[in-house]
Amino acid sequence: MAYVPIADRPDEMHDPQSFITKYIWSQDHKVIAIQYGGTAIAIGVVALVLSVLMRLQLGFPDTFAFIDPTDYYQYVTMHGMIMVVYLLTALFLGGFGNYLIPLQIGARDMVFPFLNMLSYWFYLLSVIILAASFFVAGGPTGAGWTLYPPQAITEGTPGAEGGILLMLLSLAVFVVAFTMGGLNYVTTVLQARTHGMTLMRMPLSVWGIFVATILGLFAFPALFVSAVMMAFDHLLGTSFFMPAMISLGESVEHAGGSPILFQHLFWFFGHPEVYIVALPAFGLVSDVLSTHARRNIFGYRMMVWAIVAIGGLSFIVWAHHMYVSGMNPYFGFFFAFTTLIIAVPTAIKVYNWVLTLWKGNIRMTVPMLFAMGFIFTFIHGGLTGLFLGNVTVDLPLSDTYFVVAHFHMVMGVSPVLVLFAAIYHWFPKISGRMFDEKLGKIHFWGTFLGTYAIYLPMHYIGALGVPRRYFALGTTDFIPESAFELNAAITVAALIVAAIQVVFFINVFKSLWKGEKADPNPWEATSLEWHTPHTPPHHGNWGPNLPVVYRWAYEYATPGVKDDFVPQSVPPGDVVMKKKGDVFKESEH
Amino acid sequence: MAFAIIIALLVIGSVIFHAWSPWWLTPIASNWGSIDTTIDITVWVTGFAFVVINLFLAYTVYKYRYSKKRRAEYEPENKKLEIWLTGITSVGVAALLAPGLFVWADFVNPPEEAHVVEVTGQQWQWAYRYPGADGKLGAADPGLITEANPFGMKEDDPAGRDDILVESAIMHLPVDKPVKVVLRSKDVLHDFAVAEFRVKMDMVPGAVSYLWLTPTKTGTYDILCEELCGVGHFVMRGRVKVQEQADFDQWLASQNTYEDALALARVDRANGQATYAMCAGCHGVQGEGNPALNAPQIAGLQDWYVTAQLEHFKTGIRGGNPADTYGAQMIGLAAALPDSQTIRNLSAYINSLPATQTKQTLSGNLKNGKELYDHNCSVCHGDNGRGVWSVHAPKLAGMDDWYLARQLRHFRDKVRGAHPEDDLGHQMQLMVSVLGDDQAINDVAVYISGLGYSDPSYVAASKAN
Repeated sequence: MAYVPIADRPDEMHDPQSFITKYIWSQDHKVIAIQYGGTAIAIGVVALVLSVLMRLQLGFPDTFAFIDPTDYYQYVTMHGMIMVVYLLTALFLGGFGNYLIPLQIGARDMVFPFLNMLSYWFYLLSVIILAASFFVAGGPTGAGWTLYPPQAITEGTPGAEGGILLMLLSLAVFVVAFTMGGLNYVTTVLQARTHGMTLMRMPLSVWGIFVATILGLFAFPALFVSAVMMAFDHLLGTSFFMPAMISLGESVEHAGGSPILFQHLFWFFGHPEVYIVALPAFGLVSDVLSTHARRNIFGYRMMVWAIVAIGGLSFIVWAHHMYVSGMNPYFGFFFAFTTLIIAVPTAIKVYNWVLTLWKGNIRMTVPMLFAMGFIFTFIHGGLTGLFLGNVTVDLPLSDTYFVVAHFHMVMGVSPVLVLFAAIYHWFPKISGRMFDEKLGKIHFWGTFLGTYAIYLPMHYIGALGVPRRYFALGTTDFIPESAFELNAAITVAALIVAAIQVVFFINVFKSLWKGEKADPNPWEATSLEWHTPHTPPHHGNWGPNLPVVYRWAYEYATPGVKDDFVPQSVPPGDVVMKKKGDVFKESEH
Repeated sequence: MAFAIIIALLVIGSVIFHAWSPWWLTPIASNWGSIDTTIDITVWVTGFAFVVINLFLAYTVYKYRYSKKRRAEYEPENKKLEIWLTGITSVGVAALLAPGLFVWADFVNPPEEAHVVEVTGQQWQWAYRYPGADGKLGAADPGLITEANPFGMKEDDPAGRDDILVESAIMHLPVDKPVKVVLRSKDVLHDFAVAEFRVKMDMVPGAVSYLWLTPTKTGTYDILCEELCGVGHFVMRGRVKVQEQADFDQWLASQNTYEDALALARVDRANGQATYAMCAGCHGVQGEGNPALNAPQIAGLQDWYVTAQLEHFKTGIRGGNPADTYGAQMIGLAAALPDSQTIRNLSAYINSLPATQTKQTLSGNLKNGKELYDHNCSVCHGDNGRGVWSVHAPKLAGMDDWYLARQLRHFRDKVRGAHPEDDLGHQMQLMVSVLGDDQAINDVAVYISGLGYSDPSYVAASKAN
């Protein structure tokens, strides 16, 4: 008998039998993906509620007696940290990374399934530790999501006793979880691609997730060490980040530490973190756009190199978060230069998305609406980044609502629109059922228009000079009464957006319960995951034989071919060519 | 179709919003018009890109909307187009970056002739230091900071003797004179920001940062802390008064130097006792107060607090509101105190009087009072209500509940703390807004007053009652 690689031997897969091994202690990447996704969305809902509470206070100050400054700063901190790390990072990489990497590269699973399972359980542990801080004495930390020392660990900041330690511990555990998952994703992409799946044939989703994971493996250690060092400063009395100072009238037992050092470490993680979220979003949205536009992704190679270039550059721009931090101001020249360079590959990506639609045949499906909505919000958020990245322009705008509006457009709304696009796009494959199109459209329009109504005006409040992280603005000489009215209007928009998300959950649960049974390839897509023998795919994904790949993932509307798409796994000989009299009009080129 | 139209409408709407918006850069009052220019350039370049790309997107979505009769065009790459787009983008980015870097070069190099002012931040106060006649700031060290030496001055540095120390939230600057603002923090990170000046910079404990500007318009502008510095971050406000040179010089001359401060610190308590005779009629021989005369207990209050209040009464910063009848009485009395030294002597004497636990006169919910106090007040006034000097928060424990409640109502109703120079009062207004109605205020007042029972120095006295 001829040699059969292990990956191709179905009897080696040890299919799980019991409920527990199938759905709880599962080593199946698809189940782990759903576990990651479910947990991330659940904690994300907590963060959403916190943002609503913040908006209530900002829009209607002196109205809600149950929100005091301590609460407010705790909301600010937990909202930010949950959204950035525990929702976005976990859902893009732990969720979509897990689900799509093996399916899109034609593997049976991740290369280390047990480690993959462990990664999820460590992630869950980190979420539980984080949530526990709501219940300890003093509550969660209110140091702002950036956790800047000294104030993160000194009296006068909410949660400086227990909350901050739980936050640091939770982050450390999260980094452990991420590292286990991340090593897996990288190794799987490098080692487990099926026959014919060269790197330059991979769908951009995999490229985005792959490069983002590499960034994470380099960036998260900086967060890990800063968490450990700050915990040492707090518990053992070391002075990594703590200078000689007084704290509410008493001198502290520290000397010689540097608060700026923490900021460098934090943003050495924090800036790549932006791209750890953005690159998977770039990848996923590229696939959604190409599929529903029925057109090849425009400039695939350029798109891949842009992802790689952005990933590389993201490590030398971190101090643009620190232009007014009191670091040596001469750094401003270097970091403004590198930061603005990154605009070039990013702009190329935007052009190529729009050029993918150009001369396409655009199907206005729900995932497509979200994906195109992303192009709009990302253009907006990217362009305002050119204000803040340019050191001089940042001077008046730094620490104002302009910053809040900018990063919510680029780092909040844009990736979330992609997440929704991706959820609607892959929902039929993941669940085997179709979602309700009408509810999906209501969800899109409410979210897309509502978030723009929140964040467009917020830039202008920032331009006035209104500082962020203020519990109440009180009276000042430069904030007009109309700005308070605008703030109230923004809060109303935020309430609407939050309420609209209920439609999404109704849609998901309704569709899971009694949605129409999904076609295995409802979007007529080319990539491998749409050509599994079962929908949803079974354990091991491919049945007895792994697929073989013959081409890239963007073979739409190929001239001379009968169908308007050619799956990656169809051998050249099986592609049905067009005969005379076919109804499609051939394009000119 | 709908999508294309809505994108186009959003683009047009955004442009109209931008053009119509009354909310944009606050009118400038410094030399940094060049920063506004870089913002204008950025608005034009990015605005152009925003409109063009999005309208192209809208057009694309409209033109290539789904049709069963049509197929997309297969076109994996177009090198020429991609190179062109990369080139144009690079030019646009360079057009933004170049002017930005020139202005930044200007910002990092303060002019030689700039005079120096030091701003110190601490939770949640501002203080200022001017170099005095020698033009040089004396050495200061955070390790030396104490209640008696809040700036951490090195006593043996001759350059510091003539430094002018301003422990007030109000900064003064002469108009049209370039100034290098040197920034320090005593505790956590803060940020010195004035919207009208355009420039801002963090203040870092253990390090010195700076910025420079030339104020170009006389007037008073808000200084806001713009780096999260704890629960009181949003009340950390100051003001900068930009004055004509002559007015500035006059103000500067009226301020105490470090030398003066050292002298003032040598108080004469006996002299204070003599002065106290005029207070004893209402506040009692031992400073125990007299509710019938609306005179609260003042015994044992921190001297710096009593000094500040007496000076505020004397200058009408406190008690000037017609609704504050008893404050008006105090204005009359404080006017009789001739100078700073007399006030300080008196304060030192009042501080030395033994405080007692006052009697409860209001009814309040202690549990609610404790919760409100712990959440909103304790961070400055201390868990035990004994006050924290560095935030200028006086002792409250054991004081008359009726007096505390009245003052809280006065802060809430803007009777106290509304004077433009009463920055601490303004902070209290912002904090008290959290409390709500009269009953909540009574709850807190009763709780705070009762905190005196936990003070060991009070127990004997209250038993004696």
